[in-house]
Amino acid sequence: MTIELELTAKDFSSDQEVRWCPGCGDYAILKAVQGFLPDLGLRRENIVFISGIGCAARFPYYLDTYGMHSIHGRAPAIATGLATTRSDLSVWVVTGDGDALSIGGNHLIHAMRRNVNMTILLFNNRIYGLTKGQYSPTSEPGKVTKSTPMGSVDHPFNPVTLALGAEATFVARTVDSDRKHLTSVLSAAAAHRGTALVEILQNCPIFNDGAFDAVKKPDTKDDAIIPLVEGEPIRFGTDGRRGVVRDPEGGVRVVDVDDVGEDALLVHRVGLADPSTAFALSQLSGAGVLQQTPIGIFRQVDRPTYDDLAREQLETAGADTPDTKAALGALLAGHDTWTVA
Amino acid sequence: MVGAPYSGEVTTTESSSGVEELASVVIRFAGDSGDGMQLTGDRFTQESAVFGNDIATLPNFPAEIRAPQGTLPGVSSFQLHLADHDILTPGDTPDVLVAMNPAALKVNLGDLRRGGTIIVDTHDFTDRNLSKAGYASNPLEDGSLDDYVVHAIDLTGMTVASVEEFDLGRKDAARSKNMFALGLVSWMYGRETDTTAAFISARFAAAPDVRDANIAALTAGYNFGETTEAFGVRYEIGPAPMRTGTYRSITGNLALAYGIVASGVTSGLPVFLGSYPITPASDILHELSKHKRFGVTTFQAEDEIAGIGAALGASFGGALGFTTTSGPGVSLKSETIGLAVMLELPLVVVCVQRGGPSTGLPTKTEQADLLQAMFGRNGEAPVPIVAPQSPADCFDAALEAARIAVTYRTPVILLSDGYLANGSEPWLVPDVEALPAIEPRFATAPQNGDGPFQPYARDAATLARPWAVPGVAGLEHRIGGLEKADGSGDISYDPDNHDLMVRLRQEKVDRVAQDVGPTFVDDPDGDARVLVIGWGSSFGPIGAACRAVRASGISVAQAHLRHLNPFPADLGDVLQRYDRVLVPEMNLGQLRMLLRAKYLVDAVGHNRMRGLPLHVDELVEVITTLEKETR
Ligand SMILES: Cc1ncc(C[n+]2csc(CCOP(=O)(O)OP(=O)(O)O)c2C)c(N)n1
Ligand code: SF4
Ligand SMILES: [Mg+2]
Repeated sequence: MTIELELTAKDFSSDQEVRWCPGCGDYAILKAVQGFLPDLGLRRENIVFISGIGCAARFPYYLDTYGMHSIHGRAPAIATGLATTRSDLSVWVVTGDGDALSIGGNHLIHAMRRNVNMTILLFNNRIYGLTKGQYSPTSEPGKVTKSTPMGSVDHPFNPVTLALGAEATFVARTVDSDRKHLTSVLSAAAAHRGTALVEILQNCPIFNDGAFDAVKKPDTKDDAIIPLVEGEPIRFGTDGRRGVVRDPEGGVRVVDVDDVGEDALLVHRVGLADPSTAFALSQLSGAGVLQQTPIGIFRQVDRPTYDDLAREQLETAGADTPDTKAALGALLAGHDTWTVA
Repeated sequence: MVGAPYSGEVTTTESSSGVEELASVVIRFAGDSGDGMQLTGDRFTQESAVFGNDIATLPNFPAEIRAPQGTLPGVSSFQLHLADHDILTPGDTPDVLVAMNPAALKVNLGDLRRGGTIIVDTHDFTDRNLSKAGYASNPLEDGSLDDYVVHAIDLTGMTVASVEEFDLGRKDAARSKNMFALGLVSWMYGRETDTTAAFISARFAAAPDVRDANIAALTAGYNFGETTEAFGVRYEIGPAPMRTGTYRSITGNLALAYGIVASGVTSGLPVFLGSYPITPASDILHELSKHKRFGVTTFQAEDEIAGIGAALGASFGGALGFTTTSGPGVSLKSETIGLAVMLELPLVVVCVQRGGPSTGLPTKTEQADLLQAMFGRNGEAPVPIVAPQSPADCFDAALEAARIAVTYRTPVILLSDGYLANGSEPWLVPDVEALPAIEPRFATAPQNGDGPFQPYARDAATLARPWAVPGVAGLEHRIGGLEKADGSGDISYDPDNHDLMVRLRQEKVDRVAQDVGPTFVDDPDGDARVLVIGWGSSFGPIGAACRAVRASGISVAQAHLRHLNPFPADLGDVLQRYDRVLVPEMNLGQLRMLLRAKYLVDAVGHNRMRGLPLHVDELVEVITTLEKETR
């Protein structure tokens, strides 16, 4: 449903002053989103951004679409009601790692298992930004923060692993500072029918600066980013010397390509019905300080969406048929009536 | 609860033909949870309703799906009051108890009127069952029932014999004993069993043996009454005078669900229900899920928070959002109700109250969530509250809640309760064409031509803000839980703006009173010094008590509140007119606290938290005593 609209990034910018800290990764994400929304070919009024609470959740205020800055963790639930009743809308959820995975963890997994039409952008800075720097459910073990002076003893969630475990139909990871990659992943996510979860590694220079340095610094980046490209052998590192193979013990592992030969490398397939290879790939990131991580689309499969099925049932039941008032009269009277004359 | 007010005494006239005329009777069917007592009660209700009696019912069942068989906690009962006149309650004390086992007798005997009739199934009065029920000796033999008229009958044995021809094991055959009992009671009260036979045929169409066995048991029970000498007389309770029209019997939960469906039709909006199962509200979810033909979407959410969240999301998109729950669920929804207050979007939260706190008494009634509905949120978060007063009234209350929500762009809480939910009464089926319309009046363009859209500009009369749904070009806007600037809706931390917005949100809710009529006060003598005021399901007991007090020659006035927030505009004046104000409630005095705080009136309470409707006899005594103090 592409329309000639000739909208630009400016048309998607609201008149509100953007108030993130200087250098916050959220700026780059906002710019990328404002820049790519015009390419979707959708009318502004048909796009809705719903967020929870957190720094990331301020996002909708800065876009000149419809938007709702709701309450902590509940955006996927609210988006479910909207998407189910309004098939004509493009529904987006913006959420932080705390918003999505602590307080809102339940809604997140249920939205993904139901496969409701919505695109979820999970800004993962591995910290609670808005409340000034407590550890989050994605913080690495041992993390020293205001609420963990002796280091966190929590084991973190890997958002991609979690999404795959919930059988999400579209799961991807990208990085705030790589606009090109971000845009390409978001475009694919937007085109997906069902729930698309995109984890965006986002730097919080104030409370967790450098959390993703490994994938951003020119000298480490090549060895840290494992690019996932559909149909391509999974290969990375300087001159592509490293690669990913199946581990006979189960899962996958990183090897030197010279040791195994090119043909042994795992070829990436996003459309596999079985999520276990994607799951294994997601585990390459590890739980600790980020050293290495796959970037790209992990999984992209078709499954009927909750909202399509729900609307189909309404249609089957005859929701669009006329004579609703007569039908209501019959319903109210029921079968066992008596008349007083 | 319809027709002319009843003011006389209960009369009993014996005729020579062995038929005794009664003005009313209260019957309680009691048995094990697996004995089908709810169905039996339901069917007898239907037979009596079709006959033209006024009826009021009180189902009472354990929270456990199947408590151990034959034990006291496993007893389930269904009480029904039928009369040849307008009645208001299911009755305090049954006249007739049908007890299917010793436990049912033990649990219910204390409530029975002295001299009342007991029909017991002797089959289950074995030593083992007697001891399970805590009987040291057999009450059927030890003289402890001498004050009652006892019919000890082997209902099970006769049922098994009557269904012998069908291909059922003994256990399955015995299952029809509830239908045998129903047949017998139907004979006693001259009720036709045709509607029940038709019901059984439809329900067990897929299992012909079960169907035929149940019908055979029903007929056998009826014939047993006719042929045996044991029952000297039959009773006759004539039809009650009622307004002309078509009637059906309806429970509160069903009426509420129908009200929700109807609100979608009268507003022309799709209905969206987001809900998480909880007793005693689940039946509303079940019922609404059957009505997709009316554009009703039901979403069984992962929890109560998601249920209301999805409903609010649907409202944002222009649907009529509902969420249904009980007290524990409202606790979980509090934050989202607060968000809805801030977003100023239509939303109806139905709370079918049960005994609390915490899990409390899931299957029993109470009205202790009023203050939670009023104040159970952070910040100044006013929410209109409405309450139905009888099972059928749940229909009108749902329509009223939806009207307020849409007109004032606000969440509304509807407080039903367990008694209303499962109780039933005759309902004059409304004319769909005559139902009040609900006008969504969506925003279609910015207020001042080309200027920016002002999502928080307000209607002069209602103070409602525009309902601008996604999809309309030119009205793109962002809303959220942060404080809004008056008019523009932009985030604002301005001190004076916040003060203004807090007051505006309160004023908007207060203005709901402008289209709510004056308080209805029933003071037939016109000289009452005591006003009894209540809300919700206690309407029945309070009304019945007031009638009884008046019948004893004492004047008393009754008022009942549909709107609990805001109160009707004239309520303060009404309260001042009486020497004493009595507020009976199934809580520790929640409405009384609100009345005292708002009107500085020295209201007194009558408070019972027994998980059951208030007792009329007790109320009569309290009212009478209070009235004497005013002399
Ligand atoms: C019910 C509730 N509990 C707690 C908070 C406080 N709170 C606001 S944001 C936040 C954490 C946000 O972390 P994250 O989702 O990672 O977002 P970020 O600020 O890092 O972008 C918390 C605990 C709240 N607003 N509401
Ligand atoms: S606290 Fe961190 S995440 Fe929040 S705005 Fe500042 S830099 Fe960004
Ligand atoms: Mg965070």
